[in-house]
Amino acid sequence: MLEATATADWHRRLMLGLLLAPALLWLFALIVLPHLDLALLSFREPVAPRVYQPSLAQYRTFFTEPLYWHVFVRTATLSAIATALTLLIAFPVAWTITKLARGRMGALLFVVCLIPFWVSETVRTLGWMILLRESGVLPGLLAHLGLTNGPVELLYHDATILVGLVYTSLLFMVVPLVGSLESLDNSLIEAAYDLGSSGFAILRKIVIPHAAPGITAGCIVVFMLTLGNYLTPTLLGGKNSLWFTEQIYSQFITRFNWEQGAAFGFLLLALSTAMVWLGLKLSGQRFSDVMRRT
Amino acid sequence: MRVALSVLLCASLLAGAGCSKHGDGKSSAGSDDARKLRIITWSDYIPQEIVDQFKQETGIQVEVSLSNNEEIISKLRATGGAGFDLAQPSQDRIVSAQQEFRIYRPIDLTKVKVDEFRPDLLEIVKKNASLDGKLYALPYVWGTEGLLVNSKRASISDYMDLCRADLKGKTSVRLRRPTLMAFALAIGKDPFSLYGDTKAYSALMDEVGRTLIACKPNFRFFYDNKDQLINGVRSGEIVASMMWDSVSWKLNRENPDLKYVNPKSGAIAWLDTMALPARGRNDAGAYAWINFTMRPDIAVKIAKSIGNFTASQGADALMDPRLRAQFAESFPDGMKNMKWYPAIPPGLEEIEGRVLDRVKAAN
Repeated sequence: MLEATATADWHRRLMLGLLLAPALLWLFALIVLPHLDLALLSFREPVAPRVYQPSLAQYRTFFTEPLYWHVFVRTATLSAIATALTLLIAFPVAWTITKLARGRMGALLFVVCLIPFWVSETVRTLGWMILLRESGVLPGLLAHLGLTNGPVELLYHDATILVGLVYTSLLFMVVPLVGSLESLDNSLIEAAYDLGSSGFAILRKIVIPHAAPGITAGCIVVFMLTLGNYLTPTLLGGKNSLWFTEQIYSQFITRFNWEQGAAFGFLLLALSTAMVWLGLKLSGQRFSDVMRRT
Repeated sequence: MRVALSVLLCASLLAGAGCSKHGDGKSSAGSDDARKLRIITWSDYIPQEIVDQFKQETGIQVEVSLSNNEEIISKLRATGGAGFDLAQPSQDRIVSAQQEFRIYRPIDLTKVKVDEFRPDLLEIVKKNASLDGKLYALPYVWGTEGLLVNSKRASISDYMDLCRADLKGKTSVRLRRPTLMAFALAIGKDPFSLYGDTKAYSALMDEVGRTLIACKPNFRFFYDNKDQLINGVRSGEIVASMMWDSVSWKLNRENPDLKYVNPKSGAIAWLDTMALPARGRNDAGAYAWINFTMRPDIAVKIAKSIGNFTASQGADALMDPRLRAQFAESFPDGMKNMKWYPAIPPGLEEIEGRVLDRVKAAN
């Protein structure tokens, strides 16, 4: 009897192990191994053709060359601003979908948010370029309405990058927000109104605390997507666009400097980890709770 | 149950065993390899027409991957020279890549019909793409990078004219090394003679960087690909720009006001080659292809597709008279005032990279 239980137990464990094996192999072969290789790359320096020695030179370059610092901080700042803007825009959208729209209307609104993602990011970004370029639709319209003297160039500014980034990441904020707002009981809000609370107090004391895990989850996802975005900043930013992923790409592909590129990659990883940690600390959320919401 | 388990086990192990299986299968796949030629090249370099003709004449199917210099080197570096049977890097990018990464194998000139090639271009490749007495490339097609201008709206004669006050916000360049070379020439220095002297070269690049930063308000954008610039020129947003000859001549056929000008400091001449990746699987096919492409009747078709002249000895006489007229208009002195790239020694591109980054970052 006891033996049978033990065998069954062993079988269950074997099953679990085998079922997990593909996922673990995938994780190990495609994520852990390349990262180990990159880590090794980032800690060496070419001294002669095909001769390398271990060194911290790649990381030193990052700290001594102000340009790379500048781009790093700029990328982080713009990503944070884009995340905040996305939250500001997505919150009313999520609220409308969950609380104001009735029946099929909510689903319809949700689909409207989803539709832009049916085309690829490249096409969406090129669409913005057609709209915003000097000979494009929007500057022409503004000039036609007499709001500007002649067409102005709307492309190639930081604000343009922000527009593109917010547009690209909107859905990833709306989804977790909808998830967390749906579970908010309407009667709580009605009760608060009955007790004479103002709209702002309800938002601050009931809605936001309840939606906090969803907000944090959305912010983490959007921040990471933005930080790692390559296409949008490069295409919309023009001659002044400096994005850290662009630096990594050019080190790897155009400069053949894999060592420097690997070091930059790890610095970006450190940055996003630090920002997520900071965000969780500031909002008082636990990582496991937040991940359940995403 | 047992069958299901073993299938699962096999499936998960297969991912890890994939490479060894590949190696074992090589001998049996040998006959397949001989009928397939994998080429990594630039867009327009290999028109479908000649792929079909080659298949008809030899039975070999050509598979084309489109790329550029940096990607050719990066991809071959990642695989140690495997994945392709023929590559088409520029002549100046071969020796340093070979020294650093060993991604090519030498050319066996006995298998090549040498008299099909233009001797002057073959000389350039022999000078710049040889390492330890071995030749690593053969010329394929050449062209220049100079100035494209809308002659109705402006008149320019040298690279520095792109920085003129009356052209503010109406010009463009690529933020790549040819631009650094062009502006070094434009401020009266010869960057190529300093290739061997890292310190002096670094100082010159710093100076070029400052020139470009001072000129930055004039650039509307830095273009990454020709389509971006073509759009800018067609919409009238760009009046003058650094550009390749073939693209400029194509625009010139649409709008005769758009002219390609050989700058006073000299157009920068590039030469793209055919090189054998170190672990290519079909050398015989590659040599057959090399000899095939340099036949005048084939080379003319290639030239028509690219819009540039090829390295084939007999092809120029058969070229489209329109293109020859355009060449004569842009280069009244023929090939005299052109600056050919020498081979880039390793390390220079790091210096250039840092200067390019600074130009991009400057406000």
